[in-house]
Amino acid sequence: MKVTMTVNGEQESNDIEPRLLLVHYLRENLGLTGAHLGCETSQCGACTVIVNGDSVKACTMLAVQAEGAEILTIEGLAAKDGTLHPIQTAYWEEHGLQCGYCTPGMIMSTYQLLERNPNPSEAEIREGLQGNLCRCTGYHNIVKSVQYAAEHMSKETAAVAD
Amino acid sequence: MVLPKLVGERIKRREDPRLVSGTSTYVDDIKLHGAVYCGIVRSIYAHAKIKSIDTEAARQFPGVIAVVTGADLKSGGAGTMPVAHRFGEGLKVPLRYPLAVDEVHFVGEAVAAVVATDRYVARDAVDLIEIEYEPLSAVVDLDAAYAGGSLVHEQFGTNVAFEWVLNNEIGTGIENAEVQISQRFENQRLAPVPMETRGVVADYDKGKKSLTLYTSTQIPHLLRTFLSGIIGLPEHHVRVVAPEVGGGFGMKLNVYTEEAIASLLSMQLGKPVKWIESRGENMAGSIHGRGQVQYADIGATKEGKITHLHVHILQDLGAFHQLLTPIIPTLTGLMVTGSYDIANLQCTVHGVFTNKVPTDAYRGAGRPEATYLIERVCDLVARATGVDVVEVRRRNFIAAAAFPFTTLAGLSYDSGDYPTALDKALSHIDYAGFRAEQKAARARGKYLGIGFSTYVEVCGMGPSAAMPAGFGWESATVRVDPTGNVTVTTGIKPNGQGQETTFAQIIADELGVGVDNIVINHGDTGSSPYGVGTFGSRGTAVGGAAMMLAIGKVQEKARQIAAHMLEADPADIVFEDGKWGVKGATETGKSLAEIAWIAYTGDTIPAEIEPGLEATSFFEPSNFTYPFGTHIAFVEVDADTGDVALLRYVAVDDCGRIINPMIVDGQVHGGLAQGIAQALVEGVEYDEHGQLITGSLMDYALFTARGLPSFELDHTVTPTPVNPLGVKGVGEAGTIGSTPAIVNAVVDALAPFDVAHIDMPLRSEKLWRIMHGK
Repeated sequence: MKVTMTVNGEQESNDIEPRLLLVHYLRENLGLTGAHLGCETSQCGACTVIVNGDSVKACTMLAVQAEGAEILTIEGLAAKDGTLHPIQTAYWEEHGLQCGYCTPGMIMSTYQLLERNPNPSEAEIREGLQGNLCRCTGYHNIVKSVQYAAEHMSKETAAVAD
Repeated sequence: MVLPKLVGERIKRREDPRLVSGTSTYVDDIKLHGAVYCGIVRSIYAHAKIKSIDTEAARQFPGVIAVVTGADLKSGGAGTMPVAHRFGEGLKVPLRYPLAVDEVHFVGEAVAAVVATDRYVARDAVDLIEIEYEPLSAVVDLDAAYAGGSLVHEQFGTNVAFEWVLNNEIGTGIENAEVQISQRFENQRLAPVPMETRGVVADYDKGKKSLTLYTSTQIPHLLRTFLSGIIGLPEHHVRVVAPEVGGGFGMKLNVYTEEAIASLLSMQLGKPVKWIESRGENMAGSIHGRGQVQYADIGATKEGKITHLHVHILQDLGAFHQLLTPIIPTLTGLMVTGSYDIANLQCTVHGVFTNKVPTDAYRGAGRPEATYLIERVCDLVARATGVDVVEVRRRNFIAAAAFPFTTLAGLSYDSGDYPTALDKALSHIDYAGFRAEQKAARARGKYLGIGFSTYVEVCGMGPSAAMPAGFGWESATVRVDPTGNVTVTTGIKPNGQGQETTFAQIIADELGVGVDNIVINHGDTGSSPYGVGTFGSRGTAVGGAAMMLAIGKVQEKARQIAAHMLEADPADIVFEDGKWGVKGATETGKSLAEIAWIAYTGDTIPAEIEPGLEATSFFEPSNFTYPFGTHIAFVEVDADTGDVALLRYVAVDDCGRIINPMIVDGQVHGGLAQGIAQALVEGVEYDEHGQLITGSLMDYALFTARGLPSFELDHTVTPTPVNPLGVKGVGEAGTIGSTPAIVNAVVDALAPFDVAHIDMPLRSEKLWRIMHGK
C-alpha cells in the first residue's frame, strides 16, 4: 500500500507491504541506515527516530502507521552543509560513544530530552535516556555529552536572544 | 616551532564524525546488487534426535530460492567447526557441522537454512520448515552434568571434555592451616550482548571462484583461515572484510556456523547472501561467557596471611567447543592467585558439556572468574580472622620490589606496584570515616557496605608460544604515500576501542605529520598483511607495538634518504621537531613529505636504497602484560526492598603508559558497567529442560543509564617492559576488577545478617530474603 511521509524535510512516497516496519522502511527503502536494529523488542533504542516530535522506536512501529508524519532521523540532524548538530558535537567532544551502534538512537533520544528539558540534572538525564541501551560506555560519558550539549545549546539560545 | 607531542593527550576520536552522523557502514548497511536473504531454522529442543525435516512447504513458498539442511551441507563436503587448543588427545571434541546433522544439542542450534528474495519472506519460510524431533533427556545443571547425569554426547561416555591440573603443592598441608575455609562460588553465565548482533554478507564471484565475506568479527584474518577449511575454498580465494563492528566483547572472536552457511549458499547460488542475526538468535545461538562453579579450600594464618589455595573449577562448556571454549577456564586457573604471594596452590579445571549454547570469550574471558574468586577469598579470610579487608590484602600482596614475579602457576608478572594503587584509591575516600558512618547507619536500620578489589589481570595476548594455537603476534604496515601522508594497515580489528585515533597519535609523534594526514585501515584481509585481531586487550599492546616496529624501519629509511638529500653522513642525521636534519643544523632538515617524494620519484636516490617508503613488521611479545589496580565500591542495600544502590565507585587502574587518557577512561567505564552488571543483575537462565528463559532483552537484564552512577577514576602508571610502547592494555580491566568489589560491598552491608557469601547476581529478591530470613 502507498505511504507518504516527510523524512528529514523531504517528502517520500512509496508502495510498501503493510507489515513493513518503519525502521526497515527508512533503512531499506530510503537508504537511511543511521537508525539501527538492536533488539526488535523496543528495549535497546538503537532505532530511535523522531516522529511528529516524539522519540519513537522505529522497530516497533509499522511504516504505514507513519502515514503523513514528519520524521527526523540522525541523517537529518546536521546542517545541510554538514555542520554537526550541537548534540552530535557533544557526543564527539565528551567521548560519548565507542562502537557507535547505539549512538544514532542515543542522540535522537537526547534531542527529545533536551527539547523538553533544556537543563536536565544528572538524574533527569539518566531517567530520560533509560529507553536506550549502550554496552560500551557505561553511560558515564553519555551523561557528560548530554550535559555538554545542554550547556552549549542554551548558550546558543542565549546568543540568539541577544 | 616545537611540534606538540600527541601521545598522552586527550585527542578527540577520529572515528566519531561518521558514527554520530549515521554514515558509518555496519554489515547490515551493506547492499549488494542481487542480494538474497538467509534465515535459519533453530532447534527448539535442548537435546533431540532429528527424525525428519520436511522442507517442501518452504520450497513452494513464493520468493524462496533455496533450502538446505545439515545433511545437504555434509554430503556437499562442508567441514566441521574449529576449536583452537593444546590439549591434544586430552580434549573430547564433538564434531559440529554448520547445520546440525541427525541430532541437536542445544536450543538455538542451527538445523536448516532458507534463502529468499527478502528478509521478511526468509522469516516466513523458516516457519514453514517442519522438523520432527525425538526428544532426548537434557542435562542443564553444571554440577549434575559433572556428576554424571544424562550425556550430552553419548559417544564419549562422559560429560567431562577435559581435565587441566595445576599442582604446585609444597610445604605444609592445608589441614594444618590455622584458619580453614571452604566456599563454593558460582560465576554465572552471561550474554555478551554487543548492541550490534552478528551478521554476514557472503558474495561469491563464480568467474574468479573467489568469495568475499563481510562479517561482524574481531578476527577477520583468523576467520578467513578457518572458514576456508570449512567451506573447501582455498584461503587465497577467500577475502574477509569486517566493516564497522558494533561491539564485540569476545562474542565476535569466533568462527560461527552462519559464516559458513551463508558462504556455502552464496557459492551454490552465485548470489550475495545476507544473514542478519535477530536478537533472539543472538541470545540463543551465539556464545555466552563465564559459566563456572568454583570450589575453593583456603588455608590462612590467624593474622590473615593466605597460605593455601586449593581450587576445583567446573566450566560449563555448553554442548560444543567454539574457537576458544576449552582454553578460557585455564586462564582462570593461571590467574587464581591474583595479586598475592600465596605459598601453596592446587588447581584442577574440568570442562563439562551441558545441553546449552557453548561458552567462550566474553570481556575478561577467564580472568574475571579468577579475580572474583581470589578477591572474595580475601574478604572471607578477613571475616574469619577479624583482620580488616584492606589489611588482609596488604599482608598478602606481592611486594613492589619482587617484579618480575614468577607465580606458582608459572606466569611471570611483568611489572607492578599493588600497594601504591591501593594507597591511591584509599586517598580518594575516607575509609575510617565510612566505617564509623556504616556503624551509625546500621543502628538506624540502614545497611551500607564497602567492597575492595585489588586485582591483577593478564592481557596483551600473546606471546604465540603461550596461546592456545599460536597466533600471539600482530602485524602492521606503515606506508608513507608520495605526498607525505601516511597509510597504516593494522592486523587488529577495532570495534569501539579507538585505535584509528591512538595509532594516529603515535604516528604523528614518530613521523612528524598531523593526524589529519594519517589513516588507519583495518579489517580487510584483501588489503593488509596477515593479522590476528582484537581481543585479550591486545590491540595497542601488541598491534600498536607492531606498528612501532614498522615505524622504526620507516624512520631508518627516511634517515638514509635525508642524508642523501643533505649530502651528509646518515649517522649525523637526527629526527627533531618533525624533520630529519644534520645534528646542529636541523633548520635545514627534511620533512617526511619531502623525503617521501624523493623516495617515490626514485630518480635521484642512490642504487643501494630501494625506492618507496613503506615497512611491514610482525611483533612477537616476549610475555603477556599484567595490568592491575584497586577498585572500591560503596553500596546501600534497602532493607524494605533488597535493592542495591551503588552510591560511589572509585577505580584506580594501572594499564602502563597511556596513549589517550580519554579513551583509556572510556574503556574503564564500559568495563565497569559490565562487571557491575554481572554482580547485580545479569545472568543467563535456562529451565530444567534447557529452554532459554532469557532469550530477549525483555528478559535479560542490562543496565540502563539509571542503574549506574558516574565513576571516579584515577591511575597509576607502571610501564611494561614487554613492548616498545610500555602499554599494558585496558579493554578488560574494568570488567575484571569490578565484580568482586560490588559483591564484597553487598556482603559487607549485610554483615549484621551473618552472611559469608552470596552468589551473583545480587538481585533484590535474593537479598530481601536474606534480610528477612525468608
